[in-house]
Amino acid sequence: MADLTKKSLTEIVSLIKKKEIKSEEVTNLFIKNIENDKKLNSFITNSNEHAVKKAKNFDKNPKFDTLLPGIPIAVKDLFCTKGVKTTAGSKMLDNFIPNYESTITKNLWNEGAFLLGKLNCDEYAMGSSNETSFFGNVMNPVAENTVPGGSSGGSASALAADLTPTTIGTDTGGSIRQPASFTGTVGLKPTYGLCSRWGIVAFASSLDQAGPMTKTVEDCALMLEAMAGFDEKDSTSINKKKENYSKNLTSNIKGLKIGIPKEYRVDGMPKEIDKLWENGKKILKESGAEIIDISLPNTKYALPTYYIVAPAEASSNLARYDGVKYGFRSNKGTNLIEMYENTRSEGFGDEVKRRILIGTYVLSSGYYDAYYIKAQKVRQLIKSDFDESFKKVDAILTPSTPSAAFKIGEKKNDPISMYLNDIFTVPVNLAGIPAISIPAGTDNNNYPLGLQLIGKTLDEQKLLNIAFATEKKINFKQNLNRWWEK
Amino acid sequence: MSIDKDKIKHVSKLARISVDERKIDDLTKDLSSIFKFIEQLNELNTDKVEPLSSILNEPLRYRKDEINDGKIRDKILENSPKKNEEFFVVPKVIE
Repeated sequence: MADLTKKSLTEIVSLIKKKEIKSEEVTNLFIKNIENDKKLNSFITNSNEHAVKKAKNFDKNPKFDTLLPGIPIAVKDLFCTKGVKTTAGSKMLDNFIPNYESTITKNLWNEGAFLLGKLNCDEYAMGSSNETSFFGNVMNPVAENTVPGGSSGGSASALAADLTPTTIGTDTGGSIRQPASFTGTVGLKPTYGLCSRWGIVAFASSLDQAGPMTKTVEDCALMLEAMAGFDEKDSTSINKKKENYSKNLTSNIKGLKIGIPKEYRVDGMPKEIDKLWENGKKILKESGAEIIDISLPNTKYALPTYYIVAPAEASSNLARYDGVKYGFRSNKGTNLIEMYENTRSEGFGDEVKRRILIGTYVLSSGYYDAYYIKAQKVRQLIKSDFDESFKKVDAILTPSTPSAAFKIGEKKNDPISMYLNDIFTVPVNLAGIPAISIPAGTDNNNYPLGLQLIGKTLDEQKLLNIAFATEKKINFKQNLNRWWEK
Repeated sequence: MSIDKDKIKHVSKLARISVDERKIDDLTKDLSSIFKFIEQLNELNTDKVEPLSSILNEPLRYRKDEINDGKIRDKILENSPKKNEEFFVVPKVIE
């Protein structure tokens, strides 16, 4: 079974359940791929020995009535894992070993999975290209020296390169969907509150949401089912009944109404993206859905709003890194204040510092109303745009990103052009609603491009069904020559 | 609102991040362009709009006010850069 690591998670689970393959064999095949990788830099920490031990234990005493029996999973290094270093891609946490497990990873382990390693990401999830990590750039398996997107860049890269059968990321402004789009994989940002934030290194608490990154929509449904659920340790966790997303998955979307927002057609967008979008509409129509033109008039204000709200929350959240209780401490400075200032100056990278400064400024006395309250008001308008649209449609179809993957270094010195990567993904976080990116085609370099489907609050099942129907007809196939193994 | 070096110095003091003098020009340039971008919001009249602080439909839940220290004091202390018995150690604050 040479190509097992290329199979979908759903297929691997089924083979394990049918006892056609053992967890240990699966685990060793992925470990072999990890060891053969010389260039991607998608892992910060390997947990190979732990994974093999867990796999052996599973095989000795298998439990098949779980969602992820005997499945090794590498996760973004933003999820705290008990006893395993958790860095958030930062020098600040280079030595941090949590004494607790995040709820999301705990949910995965309770479903029979175990940790395969911790994946690289932009520092504190701040970035759209995985170039801000203290542990170096990650490359996109699609082409050498190309970014995998960010901030869940290591997750997307490892998944696309078959180094993990599935993975999880976090999405504050597009950090799951944009890298999924850049690597030809599937990524879902669930409704705010569906997946617990407990034990995830915080960036912007009113926007952060964990979600699955997978090879297929079916895998995505399975992973979401394992991840989602009420958690009393997260005060914003939604208390609702668990859903069987994978069991209820259907490609029958007859009669559903799909909105096409005119504001998502932006200047300078490559022709291929427009073509894919048209193709997406055609496919949905063929599947029996109705296409309706809609307007989300405040779309252009989403990104400026985000760059007030997210840095403001980050500035508060990251105040905890003071070199006292955990993490890095500078040995420069003679008093407590200097120790704080040097610790934070040396421990944080440039992008993180930039965002803390923006956030501190917009929250500071005299500017709070002009920036922060203003942004909260515009956030209300953006949410109302979606609320109005969802009175008319079941879901919204847009491109996932305004371009395909770019070269490492290409946008590094221009923060605004970097931020514009998230122009189609950010509005969803501000509104707290779910959205999924699925691979839809390629640009003229043969780099993958994604389509995004946006749904109503807690309407993940419908969103997955529409994505499932679309995926079937697009039939996207990626043939990577595994250059990173040479 | 224009961003100048003095503002950057003031904000970095508030944020407790010392800023390298050699980097302050670049930082001023970057933050100025970001604020110019952010200030597009001023085109919108939001006088009659309520600020949105939570996207959840329900109010935040309260948990029971019970003491639960997790009994993991020593484990927590293990991650400290500097400790002395059960205390975190910081540079001298009181003379």
